[in-house]
Amino acid sequence: MTRAPRAVTIVGASLAGLNAAEALRREGFDGPVTLIGAENHLPYDRPPLSKQVLAGDWAPERAALTDSEELESDGIEARLGLRVAALDLAARELTLHTGETVAFDGLIIATGARCRTMGGTEGLDGVHVLRSLDDCLALRADFEATPQRVVVVGAGFIGAEVAATARGRGLDVTLVEALRTPLSRVLGDEMGRVCAEVHRDHGVDLRTGVGVDRISGDGRVRQVTLSDGSTVDADVVVVGIGVIPNTEWLHGSGLELGDGVLCDASCLAAEGVTAAGDVARWPNELFGETMRVEHWDNAAQQGSHAARRLLDEAVGPFTPVPWFWSDQYDRKIQLAGRVRGDDEVRVVTGSVDERRFAAIYGRAGRITGVLGFNRPRHVMRYRALIEQRASFDEALAAEF
Amino acid sequence: MRIVVDFDLCESNAVCMQIAPDIFEVRDDDFLYILNETPDEADRSRVEECVQRCPKQAISIAEN
Repeated sequence: MTRAPRAVTIVGASLAGLNAAEALRREGFDGPVTLIGAENHLPYDRPPLSKQVLAGDWAPERAALTDSEELESDGIEARLGLRVAALDLAARELTLHTGETVAFDGLIIATGARCRTMGGTEGLDGVHVLRSLDDCLALRADFEATPQRVVVVGAGFIGAEVAATARGRGLDVTLVEALRTPLSRVLGDEMGRVCAEVHRDHGVDLRTGVGVDRISGDGRVRQVTLSDGSTVDADVVVVGIGVIPNTEWLHGSGLELGDGVLCDASCLAAEGVTAAGDVARWPNELFGETMRVEHWDNAAQQGSHAARRLLDEAVGPFTPVPWFWSDQYDRKIQLAGRVRGDDEVRVVTGSVDERRFAAIYGRAGRITGVLGFNRPRHVMRYRALIEQRASFDEALAAEF
Repeated sequence: MRIVVDFDLCESNAVCMQIAPDIFEVRDDDFLYILNETPDEADRSRVEECVQRCPKQAISIAEN
């Protein structure tokens, strides 16, 4: 028989962690709730960091998700600027990077992920990744210094948004992508090509099927050497080549790890320990697939779920339809579901040429996903069909 | 309860429409319309879910 925790400690003070804390209170939990964050900022929202804040349209404060008054009135203690270095499950104790030990009862792990970097660029000014508010402000400062040329490495969604925002600031942008068609592994060749054309239409010099051999300079970045031997001059380089879940602090803790913290279907990682957000890997029973999802919506929902599960073992499996949006230029791109590059793709409404359409994906007779370009209502309608495990034929026949 | 949407924040992601299509609708013009500004108390939990899950925190509930 599991008892509910008397106090809950949440490691990670971003979207998942904050949602977990708020969900504990919504559920009526009245014990102490402590949120431990590695950054010095109160929880903030990351999507604007590649868009409004980076563009200079928003002051950074506008990305805040909460403030100290709100946390105080909810009885949530935020301890910031503290990295958790180790977890001792048996002793139910955390060790902080300062050496301090913190006892816990219930634990929610929400340490997220960090950007992959390219080796050999340490100490070279002007080379950026974009994940945190500090990353964003450093990149924004470099953008404001009116560089001649920006090189973005990786045409995934974050690289694509940075390229779009940089173009919006009037900067010259070269976008380098190792795949022959950007996003083809996720969206398939046809839809990947649509995404690529959007950038070319906006004056981005998109180089595909080519890797980066070297980023070089003289204290400050000057040049990017591509794998085909060509070089691109650069004053600013942004590397967007994916993320790595932050699990190093859990090595030797007894928790099962493997590209994330392995959880059961309800997000439970161990007795009295749940995980949520980019760091959590769990079997999503709706898809019959173990997944780790790096989307905003997942962090928010899984944070709440992990909190409820910690309080009540009767809380069942977490079975969302993953969904995210990406704003690039004047397009809102949304993807819901779990698609693969080799799924069947059919445009169900609108026009690809006008870049205003929805396309659905199918595999093994079932709808697996929906991609929308400025078609939010359709994305959400088809998302509901995915949730209902509709067949691909039913989805094709649906009219919205 | 009365639903308040900050249309300066709303980006028409349509998450609310999926949760409560009888209350929120994103139309073909890509704008959000509130179909029922003063839903019944029975709808409260769904509206609260919309408030929480809106990616832009654009929805709130006024109590009057």
